[in-house]
Amino acid sequence: MPKKTVSGVKPSGSRQKAVLTAIKSSAEEIRRKILARKKPTMKFPVRSLANVRYHPQRGFFEIAGQKKERTLTVNTVKTFAQTLRMIALSKELVETDDIATKREAYYVSKNWQDARFAEQPESDTVMDDVEAFFGMNREQLGFIPEEKGGDVAGKLVVIDHDRDTGREIRIDCTRFGSGAYSIPISVEQLRFETDAAFILVIETAGMFQRLVKHNYWKKADCILISMGGVPTRACRRFIRRLADYKKIPVYVFVDGDPYGITNIYRTLKVGSGNAAHLNEFFCVPQAKFLGITPKDIVDYKLPTHPLKDVDVKRARDALKNDPFIRHHKDWISAIEQLVRMGVRAEQQALAKHGLNYVMDTYLPEKLRHPERFLP
Amino acid sequence: MAAGSGTQPAKLPSYQNIKIGSAASTGARPGSALNCRRGFSMILRRSCRCDRRRRTIPTKPKPGTLSLFPVREPPVSAKPGTAVRPRPKAGKPQSAEDHHPRQLSLIEPSSPVRPDRAVQLVPAVAEPVETAAVGSVEAPAERAARPARRQTAESLASRQREISVSEFFTKNRHLLGFDNPQKALLTAIKEAVDNSLDACEEAGLLPVLKVNIDQLAEDRFHISVEDNGPGIVKAQIPKIFGKLLYGSKFHTLKQARGQQGIGISAAGMYGLLTTGKSIAVTSRTGSGKPAHYYEIQIDTRKNTPQVITDKAVDWEPAHGTKVEIELVGTYKRGRHSVDDYIRQTAIANPHAEIFYDFPGGEGSIHFPRSSNVLPPAPRAIKPHPYGVELRVLIKMLKETTARRLDLALKRDFSRVSEIVAEKICEAADLRPSSNPHLIAVHEAERLYRAINSVKIMSPPTNCLSPIGEEQILAGLKKVIPASFFTAVSRSPAVYRGNPFLVEVGMAYGGSLPSEDLVDLFRFANRVPLQYQQSACAITKAVLSIDWRSYGLSQSKGALPTGPVVLFVHIASVWVPFTSESKEAIAAYPEIIRELRLALQDCGRRLATHIRAHRRAAEEEKKRSYIERYIPHIGIALREILGLARPAEEELVATLKEVLERSRSREPIE
Repeated sequence: MPKKTVSGVKPSGSRQKAVLTAIKSSAEEIRRKILARKKPTMKFPVRSLANVRYHPQRGFFEIAGQKKERTLTVNTVKTFAQTLRMIALSKELVETDDIATKREAYYVSKNWQDARFAEQPESDTVMDDVEAFFGMNREQLGFIPEEKGGDVAGKLVVIDHDRDTGREIRIDCTRFGSGAYSIPISVEQLRFETDAAFILVIETAGMFQRLVKHNYWKKADCILISMGGVPTRACRRFIRRLADYKKIPVYVFVDGDPYGITNIYRTLKVGSGNAAHLNEFFCVPQAKFLGITPKDIVDYKLPTHPLKDVDVKRARDALKNDPFIRHHKDWISAIEQLVRMGVRAEQQALAKHGLNYVMDTYLPEKLRHPERFLP
Repeated sequence: MAAGSGTQPAKLPSYQNIKIGSAASTGARPGSALNCRRGFSMILRRSCRCDRRRRTIPTKPKPGTLSLFPVREPPVSAKPGTAVRPRPKAGKPQSAEDHHPRQLSLIEPSSPVRPDRAVQLVPAVAEPVETAAVGSVEAPAERAARPARRQTAESLASRQREISVSEFFTKNRHLLGFDNPQKALLTAIKEAVDNSLDACEEAGLLPVLKVNIDQLAEDRFHISVEDNGPGIVKAQIPKIFGKLLYGSKFHTLKQARGQQGIGISAAGMYGLLTTGKSIAVTSRTGSGKPAHYYEIQIDTRKNTPQVITDKAVDWEPAHGTKVEIELVGTYKRGRHSVDDYIRQTAIANPHAEIFYDFPGGEGSIHFPRSSNVLPPAPRAIKPHPYGVELRVLIKMLKETTARRLDLALKRDFSRVSEIVAEKICEAADLRPSSNPHLIAVHEAERLYRAINSVKIMSPPTNCLSPIGEEQILAGLKKVIPASFFTAVSRSPAVYRGNPFLVEVGMAYGGSLPSEDLVDLFRFANRVPLQYQQSACAITKAVLSIDWRSYGLSQSKGALPTGPVVLFVHIASVWVPFTSESKEAIAAYPEIIRELRLALQDCGRRLATHIRAHRRAAEEEKKRSYIERYIPHIGIALREILGLARPAEEELVATLKEVLERSRSREPIE
């Protein structure tokens, strides 16, 4: 297995070559074992929150040592065969510089007779295995997600290339009117120009629309990015590259509930447990939590809903198992406060004080004290 | 006999619960002895207790109480203080004799009465409930206080007369298994087949039976059952087929299909009742003798046969009997069907050859014999002391030929030695030398208690003739399309002094339906039991076992589910049926225990088989896994490494070998 490559940094030709080498050498290893009349094995990092470490200095979830070894036996022969065929498909994609979505890969498997997948979740799991096996992200292996990256508006110029002519394209994110620039699936080739003071990352499309409509970015001198729920890899990578490149702070504005904090914000900042082998690139360690904090619920007298059982469970689970939350006392007390209050408040709850209260009062007040943002 | 005496008001249901209405609706004249007699149609020479009851029941029924029987006529409105007297309804029959049995059945005693008891108890059984019911009907009349209309003891006596068992069963035919047309057809055939098999076996002949059902009209059938038995002596034919409770089996303790001598004559009686046709019997006892043909009807009042036709005929078989009955019935297939009964009979009697011709069939079905060995002839035994009830004991002492009590005990009972007899006498505080004929009732009672306090050896069990494990397997294999068979034959045990034994056979797999409940075949003395499954000790025993531990699925309180046929046989000198139609076996704890042991034994064998089967299936699955998925590993490696075909094939072959080698050592996932 090759040493981890920093995806997207190397030019695509050599990146392609590295992937092919990795694939071939692992296949060769399996072949050698078989010819030596031994059972071939594959080692995968265990993909779960239990097998990640949080590095405060480096700022993201890193995979811990645990690996599971899949030995080819009668019981594992089906998955083993499927994994190898998926790798073979990946090799073909990389060689021909093509891509396949997860769904397309699933349909390709329909040609594999007995080894085909019955449902897409099966093929997704095998794909995640392959990804973890090589320590590469799936885009490098030729597989792309279906999901959309996210929307951008505000003081930013994105520099892309025309695929046919290779000429530079300058995309001015201030000129989308009431619309927005859509983050592409692959963001490695993009460059940026901006003089914004900060990036405001927003959970819901609704709140994003309100801020865009009223040109809030002009007033606050910022870039607005909508995640639409848990941020996709492309979205995380986009924010990371932008923030690194221009050294500007990232403030996150999500719902004040356990899902907003421990899933959306946590994944954006330090990555996910499931793809811990890739978090290094797909995280935004400089992100700070603007709101809505449990304290905001009290300070702004926000209307609330009671926490559901799943919310409470998620919160307690994070307090117990999430290495990121457990590392920050501020987060522990904030989440404990939320559980104690037994309520949650959405971003839109600010509308109680007037539709534009969020732009006129809430955000300016909060932005006066970035040092009070949660880590 | 104190049973059912109306002098025990405490036993009576409270008057308030007794409903009025039946008298009005059936048009009976209140206060007439007719009511009493209808209530106790089987009672003979009794002083009219209900008459006495009448005086002891002063209460008037509350208006608005619900009626036990549908009131078809609005009750006569009652002014306060006056009694309601149901008026006879015009046009309705006024005497019990005129009633059609069907109409009468509504108000007849419906609690099953065992005819053996009935016979013995004919003189004085009165059901208290009935007494009260009649009494209640009478009550308003009594309130009317019209002494002029009262019956005198003498006038009542003039109407009291004997009721024959045949009359009783004509009205209570459900007690004998003729309650609906489908069941009637089955019961008639069953009685004839049981008799034929018993006769053949007693004569030491391998049975050959021809069973025919001809459909004459929608609901009318002509059935005939022919056997190759020893035939019946001419003089006996009318009595056997035209008199209830006439037979050879009632007075002996011996394993046999029939017990009371009711069945076939009752079937004939049913045929006569529904079609007016006589039962026809052809019989021949040997090649040198002529065959006799009889047409017989039963005179229900006297319980005596009436010979309609009596002639000598030409008949081909050298010996045997053929019984023909025309009756109203319904022929259906499936559960409770005659087809099922014949099939199960063939399983339980592998030594019998049966030809079965049914409506809509193409020619007869042939069930060949799967064994040429007759079951050993069961022997009659003397009653065991533990199984004897006080009244029977008194009767036996009265009738004994012995002059001394100890000798009577020794001679008339099984397992009573001189020492045991002495111990019994001592425990009863009776002199061994006393004359058994002079034992008083209270002394007999002491004796009865003494018997049960002395330890007596279990009765001999050579009186039983089990089917045997081999024969059960042969029978099942002949008829059931399964892949696994097992059978258990328990050694004999005893309930209430009666020896019995339990046998269980089990067929599993094959083409049996795996989603259905287990098919339970119940047998008593080789006779299939088809109705009242849930009331039967066999079913209760099956339900009491946790079949999930034997690899079958089972929901709470239900029979297990799976591709299984369960064959359960109880053989006994006296099978304790819950009713005279012989449909269910009473749940004596000893019987349940034996059943459970046998069932569990079979269950364990089944579990072993299922486990082995699953292992083999798992093995097979793994083998197919290797065959199916290894080639894909070859394809993938070829594609990745750009291998040539021979190299790919080498890889696949080697990998298969490697996996095959380790397959047996791997645990099942």
